[in-house]
Amino acid sequence: MTDMSLPQTRGRSRAGRIALRWLLYVILGLFALYYLMPLFVMVTTSLKSLEEIRTGDLMSLPRDVTFDAWATAWSGACTGIQCEGVRPFFWNSVLIAVPAVLLSTLIGALNGYVVAQWRFRGANLIFAAMLFGCFIPFQVVLLPMARLLGLMGIAGTIPGLIFVHVIYGLGFTTLFFRNYYVTIPSELTKAAKVDGAGFFRIFWSIFLPLSLPIIVVTIIWQFTQIWNDFLFGVSFSQAGTQPITVALNNIVNSTTGVKEYNVDMATAIIAALPTLLVYVVAGKYFIRGLTAGSVKG
Amino acid sequence: MSNRSQTLRPLGSWLEHHLPKVVLAPSFIAVLVFVYGFIGWTAWVSLTRSKLLPKYEIHGTIQYERLFAAPRWDVAMNNLFIFGGLFIVISMILGLILAILLDQNIRTEGAIRTIYLYPMALSMIVTGTAWKWILNPGLGIEATVRGWGFETFSFNWLVDPDMAIYTIVIAAIWQSSGFVMALFLAGLRSVDTEIIRAAQVDGIPTWRVYTAIIIPSMAPIFLSAFIVLSHLAVKSFDLVIALTGGGPGFASDLPATYMYAMAFSRGDIGQAASSAMVMMGVVFTIVVPYLYSELRAKND
Repeated sequence: MTDMSLPQTRGRSRAGRIALRWLLYVILGLFALYYLMPLFVMVTTSLKSLEEIRTGDLMSLPRDVTFDAWATAWSGACTGIQCEGVRPFFWNSVLIAVPAVLLSTLIGALNGYVVAQWRFRGANLIFAAMLFGCFIPFQVVLLPMARLLGLMGIAGTIPGLIFVHVIYGLGFTTLFFRNYYVTIPSELTKAAKVDGAGFFRIFWSIFLPLSLPIIVVTIIWQFTQIWNDFLFGVSFSQAGTQPITVALNNIVNSTTGVKEYNVDMATAIIAALPTLLVYVVAGKYFIRGLTAGSVKG
Repeated sequence: MSNRSQTLRPLGSWLEHHLPKVVLAPSFIAVLVFVYGFIGWTAWVSLTRSKLLPKYEIHGTIQYERLFAAPRWDVAMNNLFIFGGLFIVISMILGLILAILLDQNIRTEGAIRTIYLYPMALSMIVTGTAWKWILNPGLGIEATVRGWGFETFSFNWLVDPDMAIYTIVIAAIWQSSGFVMALFLAGLRSVDTEIIRAAQVDGIPTWRVYTAIIIPSMAPIFLSAFIVLSHLAVKSFDLVIALTGGGPGFASDLPATYMYAMAFSRGDIGQAASSAMVMMGVVFTIVVPYLYSELRAKND
């Protein structure tokens, strides 16, 4: 990271500079509070009893910490008529996300390898066509996809959702790997070819071992996208196969019974935990994916 | 490849030669069918009288005429301009200010950046759920401010048809502004430090260095941020569903929620298809010139 702080010396006293510095930290701190506030409210609300929520203050810490809301959220909250909590839906999301992430990453890696290193006539055109697919609003494919999944007999199933996520994830995974492999000198591939190595051999023994950073970026990007997806989940699932985002929305908006805000918040945190965890552990790669997805290099 | 091996293993060598194409082919076909074919299908159906089931006889632009005559669609498009405009402008301003503040050699920069950016890792449904609770008229922020002694304070935007769309703006900015900050911060770091040093030697004040040198040189970053944010705005669906459900009534509908309602609860496939096509038109007028210039710049 380059250092390009601007010295603020000219025409200012030492005391003035220190005051300015303090002001800067105060402003940054206030913004940090602003971004943290919703998370704080979610966590504290989830630890309060309903009684305390009704009489208390949104911003206050819980007087008596209780994990009842968490237990209800995990295994007792109602999504419509069914009252099993979010546990089954959490596992649905895992069952959807894991294969979809792995498949789309693997195919993206091979595609990127072809487009970057085995250029043939039309390869760039194909890449442009795939890139374009990243930008369509998915509403434009919802109707025909619903019909196709029906025709294929996988409407409302987890394999159906995996299929959809793999298809519409390919544009980005190909883009990530292509942009990474393009920076590897093509002489490497040529030399390996002269030595008699084939297409897959070169990929397996040369490119894959170099790819760890971009694999991490792609997996994190895809996992976040798929775990957080709602549009495909709500359009292409049915009662038993809904992902956690759909279940969360159903729990929050279920109109039967007493409104349990603490359970809503606990459920929301459970739904957010996997991606938050990934962000905390591998934030650097998460940000790289975000910026690579927007500022194409 | 020698001639001999070609005659001995014609199939093997054909495969070896064409393997890259064979590997890319399934994805290419998938994109052709599931992106371009499906867009074609939706475009076709948007020209028919399809209701509950798709019909395939073309009936001209009847669906588009219905769409533009529908008050609900009118509300959705107006909301898109209000929401999109405010969301993009405020996120960019906030993101730029935060990036400049963070660029002053802040010791705890890493930690602060992590805090500013974490909302981007959350699902819009989670964000919507959290803000729905915070903005809850009665128990949310309203009760808190009243508790501070402002007894008459009232904040009921969530249930006010005129204001509901602004609650979506609030939550969306909270979610995305940190990301814009990260984009701008990367941009600030890529500005040539030599020029900045030179300006400082010349005694140009810091704020002038920013307004006259650094910010103008970040024009491409502004463009990318604009593209990403407008793309997010047009596609916004989850946040509306979680926060307001499009209500009260359909006061906070966006095109995406209109399309979904027509497709899956109203059983009006013709309307769903035509509204989806209009959404795509909006995205394309923004994205296509950008993609075109990007690809051309790369080929030069």
